Amino acid sequence: MITLTIEDRNGHREPVEIPEDINLSLMEVLKAADHHILATCGGMALCATCHVQVLEGPEQYFHPSDVELDLLDTLPDAGPDSRLACQLRIKEDMNGMVFRIRGEE
Amino acid sequence: MALITTDICIIGSGPVGLFAVFEAGLLKMRCHLIDVLSQVGGQLSEIYPQKPIYDIPGFPRINAQQLVDGLMEQIAPFKPTFSLGERVEQLRQLDDSSFLIQTNNSTEVRCKAVVIAGGLGCFEPRKPAIHRLEDFEGKGVAYMIKNPETYRNAKVVLSGGGDSALDWTIFLADISSEVTLVHRGDTFRGSPDSAEKVFSLAKQGRINLVLQSHITGIQGNGHLQKVIVVGRDNEESHIEADHFIPLYGLTPKLGPIADWGLNINHSAIEVNTFDYSTNVPGIFAIGDINTYPGKLKLILCGFHEAALMAQSAFKYVYPEQKLSFKYTTVYGVSAF
Repeated sequence: MITLTIEDRNGHREPVEIPEDINLSLMEVLKAADHHILATCGGMALCATCHVQVLEGPEQYFHPSDVELDLLDTLPDAGPDSRLACQLRIKEDMNGMVFRIRGEE
Repeated sequence: MALITTDICIIGSGPVGLFAVFEAGLLKMRCHLIDVLSQVGGQLSEIYPQKPIYDIPGFPRINAQQLVDGLMEQIAPFKPTFSLGERVEQLRQLDDSSFLIQTNNSTEVRCKAVVIAGGLGCFEPRKPAIHRLEDFEGKGVAYMIKNPETYRNAKVVLSGGGDSALDWTIFLADISSEVTLVHRGDTFRGSPDSAEKVFSLAKQGRINLVLQSHITGIQGNGHLQKVIVVGRDNEESHIEADHFIPLYGLTPKLGPIADWGLNINHSAIEVNTFDYSTNVPGIFAIGDINTYPGKLKLILCGFHEAALMAQSAFKYVYPEQKLSFKYTTVYGVSAF
């Protein structure tokens, strides 16, 4: 089991448990766990409504991919630790990571 | 002003909107489609025309644009008409229960049923979360530049790091009295040529380039007077400004549809899965723009929704007639 901690917009933290072999993105996991994210474009890296901030985790997860950067760079509130949850595939080495939800409600 | 009279007005000409023409056509209902994009196909043609899609029944793999082309061929017998590059602004129900739809281009469509197949919705400028920003819209704050002359000899602050922020900074440097570009990073992902030009204008003192900074507030008395900037050291400073233009790209929104009295849930239109009708009789919503328990945003689900919608829309178009279900394998497709 992979356990992530999700901090909502009010600073409230909650763990999410995900089976190791699941082939989902963080955005899909957040939606399935009833976290309030719009994910309007359904994972196409178009809308940034699944914007999250990486608070804790392995170094490589702090760096957005090029496709994410193209969009994140247009956001007024993105930081160097910003990611699009739809572009983050759940992997075992993500166990213990902490994310903060940032995208518009 | 053009007035178009039809049976069903479909808002959105993506794959689901297009297939709705086919399902309506089988039941002898004519359709007019309106789309804000200048071509049919929605996201498929605009965003990923060459991407393969693997979950269209009967097509193990089909490119997005091929699917759109196939749909256009499939609906051709039903002679749909289109208003492309136009955005639906208003919807009004008339005394005889028909609907009158108006676009931003003053096209009017009179119809008996409305089908919203708007996909992600309209792409609108993304607004930064700045207190009282909306109070200053039209009073110094704008999200796009419609008439550059507005900014002649004025003090202008732009923010953003994309191509439009760079291009407008370069343009306004020539006509405005003072131009400031505020960007949260210290590099730009826009065109390297434009970025180089902006750095060079800053070096020449023709613009102010404020990097690694955020605009956190705006002030004014009836009209914008200054913006508040927080820099990398968390120090707050003020920049005098007649105009503030945040350029943070586009984000999909429902747009004017949100004001039509429809039940909305998380930016999607709630529908009854019996026939994908909304809470307003005569208005249906199909495809990615609707929501219901178990909703999947898949093209194939949108096709199914279009088929069931047409069965119910029939009673608005032909209230006196009884609907009899017919297979295309038995009756074929009768063109209009």
